Amino acid sequence: MVADVVATGGRPKRGGRRLRLNWLGAVPFLAYTSIFLLLPTVIVVAGAFAKPGGGVSFVNMKAVFSQVVWIGFEHSFIVSGASAAIGATFGAALTYSIATGKPGSRFRRVVTSICGVLAQFGGVTLAFAFIATIGGAGFVTLFLQQHGIDIYASGVWLYDIPGLVLVYSYFQIPLMVLVFLPAIDGLRPQWREATESLGGSTFAYWRMVAAPILTPAFLGALLLLFANAFSAYATVFALINQGGTVLPLQIGNALSSEVGLASADYAKALAFLMIIVVALVMTLYALVQRRTARWLK
Amino acid sequence: MRTKNPYARLSLAAGALLAVAACSPPSSSPAPSGSAGGAATAKSASDVGGVAALYALAQKEGALNVIALPPDWANYGAIITGFQAKYPGIKVNSANPNGSSQDEVNAIQQQAGTDRAPDVVDVGMKVALANTTLFAPYQVSTWSDILASQKESTGLWYQDYGGYMSIGYDSSKVPTITSVADLLKPAFKGKVALNGDPTKANAALNGVMMAGLAQGGTLDDISKGVDFFHQLKKLGNFVPVQATTATVKNGTTPVVFDWDYLSATHGTDVPGWKIFVPSNAVLGGYYAQAINANAPHPAAARLWEEYLYSVEGQNLWLKGGARPVEMAAMTTAGTIDATAAAALPQVAGTPVFLSPAQATAAGAFLSANWAKAIS
Repeated sequence: MVADVVATGGRPKRGGRRLRLNWLGAVPFLAYTSIFLLLPTVIVVAGAFAKPGGGVSFVNMKAVFSQVVWIGFEHSFIVSGASAAIGATFGAALTYSIATGKPGSRFRRVVTSICGVLAQFGGVTLAFAFIATIGGAGFVTLFLQQHGIDIYASGVWLYDIPGLVLVYSYFQIPLMVLVFLPAIDGLRPQWREATESLGGSTFAYWRMVAAPILTPAFLGALLLLFANAFSAYATVFALINQGGTVLPLQIGNALSSEVGLASADYAKALAFLMIIVVALVMTLYALVQRRTARWLK
Repeated sequence: MRTKNPYARLSLAAGALLAVAACSPPSSSPAPSGSAGGAATAKSASDVGGVAALYALAQKEGALNVIALPPDWANYGAIITGFQAKYPGIKVNSANPNGSSQDEVNAIQQQAGTDRAPDVVDVGMKVALANTTLFAPYQVSTWSDILASQKESTGLWYQDYGGYMSIGYDSSKVPTITSVADLLKPAFKGKVALNGDPTKANAALNGVMMAGLAQGGTLDDISKGVDFFHQLKKLGNFVPVQATTATVKNGTTPVVFDWDYLSATHGTDVPGWKIFVPSNAVLGGYYAQAINANAPHPAAARLWEEYLYSVEGQNLWLKGGARPVEMAAMTTAGTIDATAAAALPQVAGTPVFLSPAQATAAGAFLSANWAKAIS
């Protein structure tokens, strides 16, 4: 059959329908996502509702509704929300300053490549970089103390939620630049010229043209940053190792506790909660993305 | 010759083999039948005709799989080298050196039937007690030197080395510590850390327990320890950072609750590192050895245990700062490495140990209260 298709250059024989093979290209991708995304999701959901020894139960899902999990959930939301907001705001400002510069300028190339590196900078290395500079014994902290400034007069906030927001912002801002740059690049100078030729002010251009076009892209990027921070694990593990501050830490504790508190199914119930949140965020992202695509192509 | 054990001499087999026969309890002493049985079912070296016969069998196997033994942990690097020097012809394959106790038993289950499965494990007591069905009973030649409370009677597991929960500190950064309550002073602001989260890491759980004991708590009740860390947190003295060699070296965690033999390793990075074990809270903790019931190299596994529980093996642990389980017997017999023993942190007071039930109760209390106490 395949040989026939090749022999006839893909043209149908005797008016028969052409065998559609274009889905073949998607097979590796589909296989990959079903093994590494779909299958784990199914395992997590199944485990969340599993009874030890077989059967269905709500024991693990009930255990999830505890004060400890609620605190972790709250922290996760605060940290992800705040770091996404900071990342999106500063990232968008930086992006705009790059995009309005000369296209292909050295500044643009330097900033985008730095962002490409820093957006991936995370984990223990990042946490330790902050600990070594502005930690309790960091060299910047000590230098400032010698000059009469104590940034930790009211407690070492680096090892608390504010510190986590600061550290996360370090990779959120560059990530924002990477995802938001195409949107700003998509703003055509002609639109501005058109506004001006119709007598519109700069403010009118921003309010009536640029803002409506950029808003979906901005919101989409914001959601992406939120999901990015929501699932981060290694950085917070090194920075705040105590008390299961955020949900990913609680999952880690539940998986590998040496002191008899390990429960893979409870961990899966927690993971199921996270999946729900991320699924909601990503659905919103997809909806927003659809609107973005209308103008920015 | 490894006949340090006075009882072992009595039971020397009459054969020409130079080995020391196992000192099995009288009730279960099997008739030594030379080369009988095969190593996989041997419950002591005498079951196969002594240690030399065991070595001959192990040589045929040619390899030994060990797991989760970091070279700088309790001197395991030197121990593996020493074993290979003493018993040439057996290659030691060291897998996943930084694994946890749970990883070790997971490997026994997941790699069952392959020749890569671990032959022997070195696990925390919690994990040892939960997985006895995976282990083969074996009594080393020096069995009677191990206290009854530190071994399973048939030899499914037997403790190997341990130490005491301690407060290690950089004496150049903080004042000398003479009691746990000292840590509440302003001089310790932003300086006190645990080695891990106590709901996850055994060392951290014992750290909280030790603080509780020092504050008048009991092994059955860890709440005083949780209260203590709650106070530390409120005063701003507690650092929630994961204490590592790096954070100790750069001064982020100049005061760390950890086992004394692990804490001692910070001395190489921090010259002023000191270790304090409060005399009113001497909390001990031991690891345990066990042989995989389906070990791919059963003779080598048993030979490894014989080596670890020889004078040489026990003294190598001691050199790594860990207290070998036969230390008391060896001190009496005069076979202990006196220099290494003198280098251990001084401990006054009576050591206490968490029973499995007490550890479980402490874990359950922490699970419900730790996050609240330190957030």
